[in-house]
Amino acid sequence: MPQRTVYQTTIEHLQILDEDAKLDTKLAKDTLTDEEVRDLFEKMVIYRHFDEVGFKLQRSGRMGTYPQNKGQEAAALGSGYAAKKGTDFLVPCYRENAALFLHGLPMHNILLHWMGDERGNQIPDGVHMTPLSIPIGTQMLHAAGIAWAFKIRQEPRCVITYFGDGATSEGDFHEAMNFAGTLQAPCVFFCQNNQWAISVPRESQTASETIAQKALGYGMPTTQVDGNDMFAVFKATREALDRARAGGGPSFIEAVTYRLADHTTADDARRYRDTEELEAWQAKDPIIRHRKYLESKGLWDDEKQAETEARAKKIVQEVVKAAEGIDKPNFEDIFDYTFAEIPESISRQRDTGRTSSLGQNPDQIGLQAESQRV
Amino acid sequence: MAELNLVQAINLALAQEMEADERVVVLGEDVGLNGGVFRVTEGLQEKFGADRVADTPLAESGIMGSAIGLAMAGMRPVPEIQFEGFMGPAYDQLVNHAARYRTRTRGAITIPMTVRVPVGGGIHAPELHSDSPEAIYAHHPGLKVVMPSTPHDAKGLLISAIRDPDPVVYFEPKRVYRSFKEEVPEEEYTIPIGEAKVISEGDDITVVTWGAPVFQCLDAMDNLPEDLSVELIDLRTIFPIDIDTIAQSVEKTGRCVIVHEAPRTCGMGAELSALIQERCFLHLEAPVQRVTGFDTVMPYYKLELDYLPESPRIQKGILECTSY
Repeated sequence: MPQRTVYQTTIEHLQILDEDAKLDTKLAKDTLTDEEVRDLFEKMVIYRHFDEVGFKLQRSGRMGTYPQNKGQEAAALGSGYAAKKGTDFLVPCYRENAALFLHGLPMHNILLHWMGDERGNQIPDGVHMTPLSIPIGTQMLHAAGIAWAFKIRQEPRCVITYFGDGATSEGDFHEAMNFAGTLQAPCVFFCQNNQWAISVPRESQTASETIAQKALGYGMPTTQVDGNDMFAVFKATREALDRARAGGGPSFIEAVTYRLADHTTADDARRYRDTEELEAWQAKDPIIRHRKYLESKGLWDDEKQAETEARAKKIVQEVVKAAEGIDKPNFEDIFDYTFAEIPESISRQRDTGRTSSLGQNPDQIGLQAESQRV
Repeated sequence: MAELNLVQAINLALAQEMEADERVVVLGEDVGLNGGVFRVTEGLQEKFGADRVADTPLAESGIMGSAIGLAMAGMRPVPEIQFEGFMGPAYDQLVNHAARYRTRTRGAITIPMTVRVPVGGGIHAPELHSDSPEAIYAHHPGLKVVMPSTPHDAKGLLISAIRDPDPVVYFEPKRVYRSFKEEVPEEEYTIPIGEAKVISEGDDITVVTWGAPVFQCLDAMDNLPEDLSVELIDLRTIFPIDIDTIAQSVEKTGRCVIVHEAPRTCGMGAELSALIQERCFLHLEAPVQRVTGFDTVMPYYKLELDYLPESPRIQKGILECTSY
C-alpha cells in the first residue's frame, strides 16, 4: 500500500446547557449537582459585580488599566471548580479571576495588582497559583515545568493553565505544548477563546479551523467546549484532570466564549467590533443562561437575585476598602526584593535614594552625610 | 505648519514615507483597523490597504522575523512591537539575525528595517509597559538606536530611519506621546541619525539626556540658582553616539551629568561617561555623574515616580556636580 492515511481524527464540541438553558440530562450526569450550580452561580454574580467595580475604579481614577473578565465567568468557574482546591496548581494570564478566587486568592489581591502594587502578587500560603501574567503566552511554559516537577516527585497533582486565543500564536505556546506532550506532564491547557485579541478577531489570528486542533500536533487529547456552559466546561476539565492525575499526560481544552468588554480600560472595542456581534453574544451571557436554568429548577428567583446582588455589593465594598486602605508601599521595597542578599551597590542606592556617586557619598564634596533622599 | 503631538508627527512621517515609497510596509499587533494601541498608525490601513498596514497574529518573534524576510525581499518594513516589555520574544530575531546579516554576508544581504517601540515609564501603565531597554540594543553591533523626544525630531528621525539601509530601533517615549504639541513642517525632512541636539546653551555644566527625561531636566533647570548656566543636550540617537557634540560641551563646562530612565549599571550613562573621560580628561573638573533609574526591577506604578529620575533628583545631581 504505497499511499495510506497515517493520521485522522475529529474535534468534538461539547455543550450540555444550551443558550436557552435547556440541559442535556444524559451528558449532565455525574457533572454538577443543582446545588453546586446554584453555589457557583452565586459566585458568578459576585465576581461579575467585582468586575464591573474594577471598571468603575479605573474610570474614576482610583485604579490603573484593568482588563475586564465579563462574559467569561462560566469558563473560569467550571474549570476552576473541576481542579482540586489546595492540591492542583493554577497558572493564569489575567482573564480568569473567578477561578483564582475559587481557589482562595483574596479578591483584593487582583485590585492591588492593577492599582500598581506588587503586593497583589503575594499569593497566600496554601493557595496554589502563580500571579497574573502580563506578557502574552509565556506562562504556559511555567505550567509545563510545574507539572513536570509534580511528575518527578510523583505527587498526585495537576496544573491547569489559562490563556486566550491570541496566545496560541506565540512561539512559547507551542514550546509549552511540546514540552508537556513529550514529558507527559500532568497539565491541562485551557484556552479561553474569547474571539478577540485586542482588535484582532479569531479568524485573523489563525487559519486553523479550531484552536483545539492545534493540540493534535503535540500528541495530546483535545476538545472544544461551549465556554459559557459550566456543565460542559466542568466535565471536560475534570476528565482532563483525571487523565493527567492517572498518568495520562496533558490535555487541551478550547472553551468558546466571548470578551463582552473592551480588551482593557485603555481600549475601545467599538472601533473594530460590530455591535450586532456583541449583542448576539450578550444574549449568550453565562449569567443569563445559568440563572434561567436555576429558575427552571426552582432554585432561583428575583428575590434570591436581589439578595445575592446586595451581598455582592457588600463583599466588593470590603474588597475595595482592603485594596485602597493599604499603606503606600515602601520605597525600600524596590531594592529589598531584588535578591535574597542585596549587593552593596544596590543597598547604597536604597540608603541614599541616589544613583550618582557624589549623591551617594556626600563626603566627597564636603556635604554632611545626612540622608540625601529626595 | 501644523501643531502636532508626538503621536501625530510619527503618524505623518509614516504616511508620507508610505506615499513616497511603496516598499514601505507597516506590520504589528493592532496597527491596522485599530490604528495601534496608541493610535500612532491611525488611518494608515484605510489609506494604504491591509497588505501594507497589516494586523499580524499575536507573535512578536513572528513580527520581527517576517519583517526581516520582507526586508530581504526588497521591502522597507516598519514593524511595531506594542510595548518595550514585549521585545523579549522578538529579541532573538532582531539581535541574532537583523543585526548580523550585513556582516555575515559581507554586504550581500542587508536588512533595512525600522522597529518602532513605545518605551519608558511615567504613565501609570501595567507591568512590563514601562521599561527603558535602549542600552541593550545599543550594545548589539549592527543596530542603530534612536529615541526622539519632540514631535519635530520624531518626524525627521523616523524618515531617516526608514530610509536607512540598516536596521534601526526607533523608541517612542510614551510619556511624551500626547504631552505637548509643536510646529511640525508638512513637507518631508530628515534629521540625521547620529546627531545630538543642544537644547539650551550654558557654561557651567553639561546635562545629557534623551527621551522623556528631557522634560524632567528642563523642569530641574527651572529650579536651579539663576547664576548657574546649564547646557542641556538631547542625545536623540542612542547609537551611533554623537560624542563630538558632547565632548565640545564638556570641554567648555568641565562638568557633566547624564540622566536616563534605564537602570544605572551598564546603562548608556556608563558608555557616555567612559567616552567623556576618554575625550575630555584634562577638562574635567568633577567626576561625571549619573542620575538614572535604580538597579532594580522597574516597580509597578505606585512607586514608578520614586524610581524614575524626576526633577528633584536631577536638580540635586546637578548641584552636587557643580559644587565638587
